Amino acid sequence: MNFMPVILWSDALVFLLLAAGIACAWYVRRHEHLLLPWRRVAQSATAMVSLLVLSLFLVVGLLDTLHFRAALPEKNGGVTVYTPEVLSVFDKLVEPLRMHTEKTYSAPLATTLYTKESITGVQGNVVRDYPRLRYGGAHLADVQQRDSDVLWRALVGAASGLMVGLLIVGITSLLWMQNLDGNNPPQSPLVRGDARTPPLTRGGWEGLAHLKKYIDSNSALIIAALILATLIGMLANLAAFYHVLGTDKVGQDVLYLSLKSIRTGLIIGTVTTLVTLPLALLLGIAAGYLRGWVDDVIQYIYTVLSSIPSVLLIAAAVLMMQVTIETHPEWFDTSASRADLRLVFLCLILGMTSWTGLCRLLRGETLKLRELEYIQAAQAFGVSSLRILTRHIVPNVMHIILIALVMDFSALVLAEAVLSYVGVGVDPSMISFGTMINGARLEMGREPMVWWALAAAFGFMLALVLAANLFADAVRDAFDPRLNRTEAVA
Amino acid sequence: MFGNPMFARTIPELMIAYLIRRILYAIPILIGVNLLTFALFFVVNTPDDMARMQLGIKRVTPEAIENWKQQRGYDKPLLINRAAGGADKITDTIFWQKSAGMFVLDFGYSDDGRSIGREIATRMGPSLAIALPTFMIGLVVYVSFALLMTLFRATALDIAGVALCVLLMSVSGLFYIIGGQFLVSKLWHLVPISGYAGGADSLRFVVLPIMIGVAGGIGSSSRWYRTIFLEEIGKDYVRTARAKGLSELAVLFRHVLKNAMIPILTGVVVVIPLLFMGSLLTESFFGIPGLGSYTIDAINAQDFSVVRAMVFLGSLLYIVGLILTDVSYTIVDPRVRLS
Repeated sequence: MNFMPVILWSDALVFLLLAAGIACAWYVRRHEHLLLPWRRVAQSATAMVSLLVLSLFLVVGLLDTLHFRAALPEKNGGVTVYTPEVLSVFDKLVEPLRMHTEKTYSAPLATTLYTKESITGVQGNVVRDYPRLRYGGAHLADVQQRDSDVLWRALVGAASGLMVGLLIVGITSLLWMQNLDGNNPPQSPLVRGDARTPPLTRGGWEGLAHLKKYIDSNSALIIAALILATLIGMLANLAAFYHVLGTDKVGQDVLYLSLKSIRTGLIIGTVTTLVTLPLALLLGIAAGYLRGWVDDVIQYIYTVLSSIPSVLLIAAAVLMMQVTIETHPEWFDTSASRADLRLVFLCLILGMTSWTGLCRLLRGETLKLRELEYIQAAQAFGVSSLRILTRHIVPNVMHIILIALVMDFSALVLAEAVLSYVGVGVDPSMISFGTMINGARLEMGREPMVWWALAAAFGFMLALVLAANLFADAVRDAFDPRLNRTEAVA
Repeated sequence: MFGNPMFARTIPELMIAYLIRRILYAIPILIGVNLLTFALFFVVNTPDDMARMQLGIKRVTPEAIENWKQQRGYDKPLLINRAAGGADKITDTIFWQKSAGMFVLDFGYSDDGRSIGREIATRMGPSLAIALPTFMIGLVVYVSFALLMTLFRATALDIAGVALCVLLMSVSGLFYIIGGQFLVSKLWHLVPISGYAGGADSLRFVVLPIMIGVAGGIGSSSRWYRTIFLEEIGKDYVRTARAKGLSELAVLFRHVLKNAMIPILTGVVVVIPLLFMGSLLTESFFGIPGLGSYTIDAINAQDFSVVRAMVFLGSLLYIVGLILTDVSYTIVDPRVRLS
């Protein structure tokens, strides 16, 4: 093997979450009443488009979570030695982006550096000029050709992206139509006699009518998918030859940094729930169901925690974590594992400070539920408390949990940037939106301004958070029982 | 029934009795906060760890650590001083000197030897100069925008407003500050980028932070108020008011706004005392010498005693806010009793 898989702490937690998510999805699929609200989510065009965007982010984040250490070419007495650098599958996929580092800043799609340098000319004379980039546009013999070259490559990339997009849309629509008949066997062969044959094999107008129906009901999704495919194709084709979003102070490609930041943002937004959820669920339901002194103690704990302004509590906890990490350098074998543990600790701390809100909601709901007749009936029948909790209470507060979790996600992604700015966020060596903004904001004063790193970080963050917000709204609308459905339909 | 002494008392008396009870309730919570910060700052990591961290991990002598601890008064036992006699057993400890003193607002000294209490007193002014106008202008803007959306509910205007809110709340708070500074100060040269001056001169320094503070909250706040108003507008009394022939505007201002006061106050009154703490981000970006930038500087310099003081002060103000919220209910809603 010429590589060694590395599972960092955050990777393990992500895999755990992924497994839990798949298990939940599988469980929901088998229960029609649980599937119902999700069908409502699926009917919303905004929700599906934002889900598409979110899943693109998710794919990048997951690829970036598969870590490994490559083997060094020379062996040390038969024993394979691995590089101390921890890479991910995503790094390997976008190797050109990662390796093409320039000397310092360069503007998006530039062919020269941002700063003037002394260059020795052909005749040996020294001139002050903007030197050519090592990689960005290096294939051009003449800088003047850049504009036409960029245009041409963008067009080719967009066209091929569009083709791939059309292909994907075509395949999914075919699968959908096969599925339509596979999943809905005709109730009576007399009524839908020919429905067993897949629509496309039936051919002709009927097949086309099915296709039209599919396109009509998913037009927003299809258009969004095609636009995204075009954009990605364009970006990918240009990124191989230019720095599409420029380079930062040490010459790293900003597009690469932005894509790497996605994983950090996703982890902050999701792993935190691993702490929030069990604490809030356990304590909230215990307080609401058992009441008495248990309720008093739990209420006291969350009142104390929530009375401290969260930024200050997080800052205090992160400061203390820094002390622990600094005084125990022997815990970490690579700098990546150190930065990673700090990220996991940050998630823990964020979780510890944010479970109180959900806990209060769950306590209130449980207090309400336990007075309902069916639960009193269960109690009268002598059903044990544990069984009442797991069978009757927990399933009936699930919608609150789900709504709270999806709503929290975007807030957490935004919080990461702020915390990193304050100095209590992720490790400075870890690529994240916060560290990107932090590094770039000092360059605001330059003339002309270095704007691209800031713009890229804010742009990517906006896309992620906006998609998450829109999706969260759709989920809330679909799950919130207080909303009047008949009104919502009309 | 009328023999019950409760009915013999007047409203102010009830209010005072209620306040005293609420303050008594607050004490255990503050003790909890105090214990939590104590555990966080002294038990999770020993003072030796903190000294090693600040003096550098590698080349640090035991003498240097002792010296560091002595300078800051961390060279005492944590909870019980067995070496001392009498009351000193308890008082000559880290807990008593560093944590318990906060109950009488004695915050001790920062790492550069200044009194934290005096710093807080002088820095509250600039913090308030930004936070109070931001809060008040913000409240008016958000509620008006939400009322406008409610008035035109389920029309294109409402949908566009909600879409705008979702977009605005998806933008990072840092963007508003950086973008605002760039646009207003760097491009248009209207106000200085950052800085602060006392007195009337302060106006040109505080205008931009206030504007940005208000703009940053439009998205989430307006949408929240809109939800509250929409919930009220579906109720029966609104239908009655309309049936009486009241105009939509009159219904909105005279009935809906009044009845929405309770949920609005719940979210709003709590933050009023916290305005003293200032905003971490705004103050540090604009160089305003308030409590927010004080906290950020302390975090960056790892000045633990200042962070500890701010944590305690923050929770104290939050609890004051909770009490104020309850009192404010009685003012806007006569049905709410102080019990």
